[in-house]
Amino acid sequence: MESNSKLFDMHSKRKAMNNTHIQVKNLNAYYGRQHALKDVNIEIPKNQITVIMGPSGCGKTTLLKTFNRFFELNEDVKLTGEVLVDGENIYAPDVDVTEVRKVVGLLAQRPTPLPMSIYDNVAYGMRIHQMKSDRVEYKKSVRHYLEIAGLWDEVHKRMHDPATSLSIGQQQRLCLARGLAVEPEIILGDEPTSALDPISSQNIESRLIELKKDYTIVIVTHTLRQAKRLADHIIYMYMGEVMEAGPAHDVFTDPQHERTRQYLEGLF
Amino acid sequence: MKFQKKHFERRHIVELSIKTIMQLALLIVAGALGLILWTIISRGLPSLSWEMVSQIPQGGYYMGKAGGILNAIIGSAYLATGGTFLAMLLSVPIALYLKAYLGKSRWGDYVRLSLDVLWGIPSIVYGAFGFALMILLGMRASLLAGIIVLALVELPIMTRAMDEVIRRMPAELEHAALALGSTKFEVAVNVITRQMLPGIITAILLAFGRGIGDAASVLFTAGYTDRIPTSLMNPTASLPLAVFFQLGSPYPEVRERGYAAALILTIIVLLVSFGSRWLSARLNRYTIK
Repeated sequence: MESNSKLFDMHSKRKAMNNTHIQVKNLNAYYGRQHALKDVNIEIPKNQITVIMGPSGCGKTTLLKTFNRFFELNEDVKLTGEVLVDGENIYAPDVDVTEVRKVVGLLAQRPTPLPMSIYDNVAYGMRIHQMKSDRVEYKKSVRHYLEIAGLWDEVHKRMHDPATSLSIGQQQRLCLARGLAVEPEIILGDEPTSALDPISSQNIESRLIELKKDYTIVIVTHTLRQAKRLADHIIYMYMGEVMEAGPAHDVFTDPQHERTRQYLEGLF
Repeated sequence: MKFQKKHFERRHIVELSIKTIMQLALLIVAGALGLILWTIISRGLPSLSWEMVSQIPQGGYYMGKAGGILNAIIGSAYLATGGTFLAMLLSVPIALYLKAYLGKSRWGDYVRLSLDVLWGIPSIVYGAFGFALMILLGMRASLLAGIIVLALVELPIMTRAMDEVIRRMPAELEHAALALGSTKFEVAVNVITRQMLPGIITAILLAFGRGIGDAASVLFTAGYTDRIPTSLMNPTASLPLAVFFQLGSPYPEVRERGYAAALILTIIVLLVSFGSRWLSARLNRYTIK
């Protein structure tokens, strides 16, 4: 009951505020001397799937990694500007980075299960944030999130097997369940299907579409077809700059920039 | 005939000769190991007896009379276990700190460099340092002093071995935990130690092997006695010194017992290293390959 009312609070709060979940202001990022993001100013809408596209090396993954403060895990990097999540700058000096990452979850390019059992992989995040009070609660939640990720039926008889005993596609769904278990509001996906076979990819894609009613989803992809299948909102990047951003339909049918048009036609 | 090998072509000759050199080198190393084992077994085994491992030296033991080296066996077990435990208390935090907080930074390089220098210092120097320290503190040769000096000998080996293991940890794994909102400490405890546990245990036992076999560092600090220590302040015998003293004896039967002591030491080291392999394999279940 308590989590239900909390969820309700969250929803009403979202509705009360405007529809922007992440706002990026004058963002510049550097790897050493390389200027990877140039004056990025964008808004990412709530409860939609935003797809960041662009040729390799255009800065799309870099942009994504500034949203959960993963960019700073690289060596010799510098960042200026602001990233606001629900109006709060996550780069402000007194921000607790672990809280940011709890709210902004990440689904990595390759599935990376933790060195523990299937059960513990899902329970891990809830445990470090002390989200539940007893074993029964944990068990219930683990089941709940495995069901959301569409994995429960396949694993409920072997919850204490190592996570590595799962197939790659199952591992990625396990990572999704694990990420959802810490109750994020935003899910980032860094080419989350690029290591998977077509059927597993499709499975993840349909999960993401189901999930957007409760979460804001931002994914990076380099496959145009995937972008067309998933995107409600598009950000097109080129050489570290955002060339185009807007509702998917507008961008696909009537791109404003020559570069975007060429990219969409598959010219480079 | 298109595919027939031309045996006298230059590149085939080069390959064959290099391969032969490599095999020869391998043979020399394996042969040396075999020779060492054969020497201590053939000379030590005849005098190895139940009496030898179950009794302390009796009167006249060092002239070939009855008794055994239980004092040295127990002493070495105490010294190496204590030293390894003490070294571990420092090594694990240092290695994790190096990984989680210092990373590839300049400070990390300094720490690694100083550990490498410490590793290279001969153990007799540690012994002399420990001895000087004992005089300063007014301590006498004792189990405690031996344990402390052995911990110093083992610390750089253990820490660097752990560090090398932990550094091989895939970054994605660490990121996976960070992405859920873990602190670096939680990553270290929940992910790095779990994933790298087999390697960490290997590092600990590597250091244990060095500790139990080291004679020079315990020579001044733990001393030698025919009794089994009952307190940390008692002097303590050790197997390497038991080998050393007995091999220097003019009595042939005592020299034989020296080889037997060497055999016992070798068996302990072998048991520990097989045990560690077995343990690593068992702890491997959840690690990500």
